[in-house]
Amino acid sequence: MAELIAPIAGNVWKILVAEGDKVELDDEMIILEALKMETPIYCDEGGTVTAIKVKEGDAVNEGDVLAVID
Amino acid sequence: MLDILKDLIFSSGAVSLTGGNIVMWLVAFVLFYLAIKKQYEPLLLLPIAFGILVVNLPLTFLMQPEHGLIWFFYHYGIQFDIIPPLIFLGLGAMIDFGPLIANPKTLLLGAGAQAGLYVTFFAAILFGFDLQEAGSIAIIGGADGPTTIYLTSKLAPHLLGATAVSAYAYMALVPIIQPPMMKLLTTEKERKIVMTKLRPVSRLQKVCFPIVTAMTIMLVVPPAAPLISMLMLGNLFKESGVVERLTNASANELMNIVTIFLGLSIGATMTASTFLNPKVLFIFFLGLFAFVVSTAAGLLMAKLMNLFLRDKINPLIGAAGVSAVPMAARCVHKVGSEANRRNYLLMYAMGPNVAGVIGTVVAAAILLKNLG
Repeated sequence: MAELIAPIAGNVWKILVAEGDKVELDDEMIILEALKMETPIYCDEGGTVTAIKVKEGDAVNEGDVLAVID
Repeated sequence: MLDILKDLIFSSGAVSLTGGNIVMWLVAFVLFYLAIKKQYEPLLLLPIAFGILVVNLPLTFLMQPEHGLIWFFYHYGIQFDIIPPLIFLGLGAMIDFGPLIANPKTLLLGAGAQAGLYVTFFAAILFGFDLQEAGSIAIIGGADGPTTIYLTSKLAPHLLGATAVSAYAYMALVPIIQPPMMKLLTTEKERKIVMTKLRPVSRLQKVCFPIVTAMTIMLVVPPAAPLISMLMLGNLFKESGVVERLTNASANELMNIVTIFLGLSIGATMTASTFLNPKVLFIFFLGLFAFVVSTAAGLLMAKLMNLFLRDKINPLIGAAGVSAVPMAARCVHKVGSEANRRNYLLMYAMGPNVAGVIGTVVAAAILLKNLG
């Protein structure tokens, strides 16, 4: 099990995966927006997305869990 | 009847038009295009372009001292030094100094990147500008619009249009000018450096920062007072958390209002006779030179610091030492993520970026003290 962590504070701009999706290393999973700039967050470890902890528009802090991958 | 017609023709602006006016219309149209179509700093370029256009319509006397509408905006807003400090109040209410407080070393990068100013100051003198003009041109290297306007209006008001437009132009062109410099002066390996996590900053530290900084800077360089006091007041509003209405008023309503008068007045200083002058081309050239040298100095300063640091910093963040907030930090983030997609430099770059704002104000104050 791996957690996708927000590396930077910002707002959740787009969520590109859904629960149950298969993801691979380096897939773009979520796009955060900080200082009017879109920052894609990449998958660190392949697997199945078991939970998405945020929704579009949420404000997140650095270190928050965005999604869980099994 | 014929007389009335004749009178109408001769009192119309059209007969007083000069070729220079028409060239200035073209400058205004280019800026309209950049602002509306390309969205380069539209909040400023749009009123500036309109100011240029209307002041180059003859016989409107909009900039005539003691009479013209825009002259009053210019006189009370800029010559009286009201508007640039109010812009700084709004900036203070928007800027988060957290990344600088978490990593105070980055203050050195904000200071290092001011090197371009001093190099350009001497270069401008070699080009035949006088000391006051050279100071106003050099400050463009800080890529800080309000500071450039503040200093130029004190030292060399006849250059105001040119220095202001080039400062804002280079701020907008950060994503084009900086990346080639960044790639030239850093290695792939350096760009890949992932920085150690920033320590959390407490609320107490954030509240104390504007107070302590305001006191320190004003005691050391008193001429920085108008800009620094407003910047830090805005920041104190924000960080205190108890005057949200004042924070919002500073950052939004007041900022937007003064931006209109600032842009329009700056544009209106650009009449054909002041702007169509070979000196202006040199100003744009020297401004670009200042900006490039400042970027290089920031990058090299970061590399120098890495010789002494155990936890290496990514030297790209040095380029954010110019004070174009947050364009330079965004640019660092982008170049960093191209080298290593798991590199998120944005917040690390905000440290030198906000330090750059302070650095440029201090540099302006030093120039003002010695040349004013």
